[in-house]
Amino acid sequence: MTASTELTRLSAAELAERLRAGDVSSTEATRAHLDRIVAVDGPVHAFLNVDADGALAAAEKVDADRAAGKDLPALAGVPIAVKDVVVTHGQVTTAGSKMLEHWVPPYDATVTRLLREAGMPILGKTNMDEFAMGSSTEHSAFGPTRNPWDLDRIPGGSGGGSSAAVGAFEAPLAIGTDTGGSIRQPAAVTGTVGVKPTFGGVSRYGLIALASSLDQAGPVSRTVLDSAMLHEVIGVHDPRDSTSLPDPATGLVEAARRGDVAGMRIGVVTELGGEGYQPGVRASFDHALELLAGAGAEIVEVSCPNFEYALAAYYLILPAEASSNLAKFDGMRFGLRVEPDEGPITAETVMAATRGAGFGDEVKRRIILGTHALSAGYYDAYYGSAQKVRTLIQRDFNAAFEQTDVLVSPTAPTTAFRFGEKVDDPMAMYLNDVATIPANLAGVPGMSLPSGLSDDRLPVGFQILAPARADDRLYRVGGALERLLTDEWGGPLLDRAPELTTQEVTR
Amino acid sequence: MSTISSAEVARVAALARIALSSDEIDRLAGELDVIAEAVSQVNRVATPDVPATSHPIALTNVTRPDVVAEVLVRDEVLAGAPSAENDQFAVPQILGEGA
Repeated sequence: MTASTELTRLSAAELAERLRAGDVSSTEATRAHLDRIVAVDGPVHAFLNVDADGALAAAEKVDADRAAGKDLPALAGVPIAVKDVVVTHGQVTTAGSKMLEHWVPPYDATVTRLLREAGMPILGKTNMDEFAMGSSTEHSAFGPTRNPWDLDRIPGGSGGGSSAAVGAFEAPLAIGTDTGGSIRQPAAVTGTVGVKPTFGGVSRYGLIALASSLDQAGPVSRTVLDSAMLHEVIGVHDPRDSTSLPDPATGLVEAARRGDVAGMRIGVVTELGGEGYQPGVRASFDHALELLAGAGAEIVEVSCPNFEYALAAYYLILPAEASSNLAKFDGMRFGLRVEPDEGPITAETVMAATRGAGFGDEVKRRIILGTHALSAGYYDAYYGSAQKVRTLIQRDFNAAFEQTDVLVSPTAPTTAFRFGEKVDDPMAMYLNDVATIPANLAGVPGMSLPSGLSDDRLPVGFQILAPARADDRLYRVGGALERLLTDEWGGPLLDRAPELTTQEVTR
Repeated sequence: MSTISSAEVARVAALARIALSSDEIDRLAGELDVIAEAVSQVNRVATPDVPATSHPIALTNVTRPDVVAEVLVRDEVLAGAPSAENDQFAVPQILGEGA
């Protein structure tokens, strides 16, 4: 392993420590990751675009500041990848859609601004299902991302690019967004860590909205501690987002380092582990529970009966909000414009032609469903009823958290499936999110971390859910479980992933 | 259980301003039917006594001082437009012939 390759194997916390000690410069670390991207991203396709110049300029700035003795933030100089749904000033942002293929945002999202202020070089933008609609990254207009564990399999979605970039050692950290599980499910199938903070815990300003009452940005990493460090960087109040929580996220790094579960009550949700769960997924989950019990946690079974209806409610609320949010993609002020082949050229015909040509199948499917659900005669029965289910799910969570400190389940019912396996069957695809969706409907925080390999030698994710604004509990339990498992494995799970074929880097 | 017909897909596509081919309309009608079936489940528990929750956190109105500031750089905004003229967005004809 070359010195440069070795730098890409470090966790963000380890790299930050080396940067602080002066053992390595941010420029070297950033260059090592850019080289790794050149070497492996051809087949993986985690990135839609790479900004080598911008990343190196940011790295040089941090190095100069450090040399001048400035007091720098904890992750200063650690490079990061950003899901392409988060807008970046001056850098193309597509949301995985032809609609925005060449769009250069005239402003930064709050998340982007916070990363820049923290001195974190942005390596590039990661691939995703178009407008974050999907569970496999097969719906990207620019081709799928492949799972670093098996290139014939999906990396999860919609944030498959972010998780694959971290899993393939192309970036130590990434930003994802989670509307129904798009941070946690990709983390599960790529053997990485992903966190959906409490709704409102990270600003949505500058995130290209899918469903505004469900969307939440959060960290993607290889360790629980790394997610905690990144979460504290982005988890601050933002006056530009009216749903942003007033208090910043604190105590997360401390909770991750402490990582102890003695005396904690951990609830296993009966409804998130039954039929449809792959046996190897179930076995890995049960083993993790045994470890937590051995470390002093009390394991209790809890029932959340209304979770059964979460998926159905979600697939009414999401398309309804998406159909409204995506109305702005009309070919008038930004992005693609297509004129109709025949007939008059008016704003109305140009909008229809643009949207017909610019949106992919999954986006059209959800806009049509959402418009149908919101149209006269259907609103009460569809959207209104779905919002009632939301109340029932919140009640289930409240009752469960009266008996427990956290809830746990497998993150996804199966390991990574093969490309094309579910793309023609929307319900089969949607079922993949059955365990992650309730948290979005209720706004509670969730984490997925690797619990081992299934019988098919692919990673399994362990999901932890906590009450709203008790994000620190995710890190406490996650930190503890990660330590117990890595002791058992003799190192991180990702060390067991097959080596990717590398291309020679020429500079 | 309601089902979504091709005619309904075509009607909704017009409302949503999406030009669809007849093949797309037929395919979507078949696929949305599957989803619509799942959706009927919701009505099993969404009884009149259950209040609706529109948002995971209680929303309060948030205002900020109305202060003049540099917001976006006009040239950067217009550079992303499909068409611009005289420092403005250029759009296709908006008013109909009868207007």
